[in-house]
Amino acid sequence: MAERYSRQERFAPIGKEGQALLAEKHVLIVGAGALGCANAEMLARAGIGKITIIDRDYIEWSNLGRQQLYTEEDAASSRAKAKAAEARLKAINSNIEVKGIAEEFDPENAELLLKDIDILIDGTDNFDTRFIINDAASKYKVPWIYGGCVKSHGISLSILPGETPCLQCLIDQLPQDGETCETAGIIGPAVQVTAAYQTAECLRFLTGHPMSTHLVSFDVWGRGYSAIDVAKLKDPQCASCSDAAQFPYLKKERGMRTAVLCGRDTVQVRPGGKENVNLERLARRIEPFAGEAKVNEVLLRFQMEEKRFVVFRDGRTLIHGVDNVQEAKKLYHRYVEA
Amino acid sequence: MNIHLNGKSIDLPGNVTTVSDLLDSYDIKKKISVVEHNKEIVPKGNYEQTTLADGDRIEIVHFVGGG
Repeated sequence: MAERYSRQERFAPIGKEGQALLAEKHVLIVGAGALGCANAEMLARAGIGKITIIDRDYIEWSNLGRQQLYTEEDAASSRAKAKAAEARLKAINSNIEVKGIAEEFDPENAELLLKDIDILIDGTDNFDTRFIINDAASKYKVPWIYGGCVKSHGISLSILPGETPCLQCLIDQLPQDGETCETAGIIGPAVQVTAAYQTAECLRFLTGHPMSTHLVSFDVWGRGYSAIDVAKLKDPQCASCSDAAQFPYLKKERGMRTAVLCGRDTVQVRPGGKENVNLERLARRIEPFAGEAKVNEVLLRFQMEEKRFVVFRDGRTLIHGVDNVQEAKKLYHRYVEA
Repeated sequence: MNIHLNGKSIDLPGNVTTVSDLLDSYDIKKKISVVEHNKEIVPKGNYEQTTLADGDRIEIVHFVGGG
């Protein structure tokens, strides 16, 4: 349908040629939360040939205030974000290829996911994952666009490996100020301004225009804007992007891993290897003891000892109502692994 | 003293005389930021020595993690 992209084609810097380029491109979006949803919808409507979106989480009611691809039905059924996003994006544009992956982006799958993509968009909500993205993007020479938002603030930086400073050049340690969307809050416009900037940079890159070397920030409530050219901050000794890079965040850990999800009173437990958990069988086993065991396309959720469990097919489990890693491991062994 | 902070004209209280004081007064000292002073990026170790003067142009961008 030639009509479909006519307005975008009329925009001179893109034109018909740029539109044809977009149809051949593959964008990976890591995270299908607020930023991931907003970027994904714009890119799908813009006619990107292929979009892959990966997310480890499922939809909750608190997401509906700004995560624009999801509905009440998705929250009620705890649908995996990646699956709901895929369905919605396909409904928005059936002429493009869309793939949703309900997994965590980690050092194990990063290489495969970064193969054959033109650019990566950051839709994550934490720096742990961003530094994995940063290392993987440097190693496999894939450009990516950092985006972050909280309260009424948004920030973005485009990173072109080998040319511009990476996230590690600018931040030498994981930020620990603890301000997240759960604890400090966020408004929809802060998401939209950040995602709009990321998508614009993405469209620029994919149609052959240079991306910015500015670190930009917006405050949609205080009506503030700032931009600093950070090109000079490229660190020739950088652990992630210099010639002597060690890619510290791509080191694979062995054994069971846990992560406390910031501000959510939730611990994630991951088994050492990826398992293929038979969720239906697990549901039958715990049913006599557990409250409301329900299985959907990718996960099983149930209630036990006043904790909420969400188990994914690969064994990854979110336990809500605990903030203690040892207790979470114990609960995991008792109910999921048994 | 009057400076331009992220494009806006700001009157600073008398006790704010350095970049470090300025970050403190906005409660973002603990956050990871990039600071530009009259178009030059200020190295992180120099925040306390970098004194502000009337009419200075300052840009501050601090990293946020949500999304």
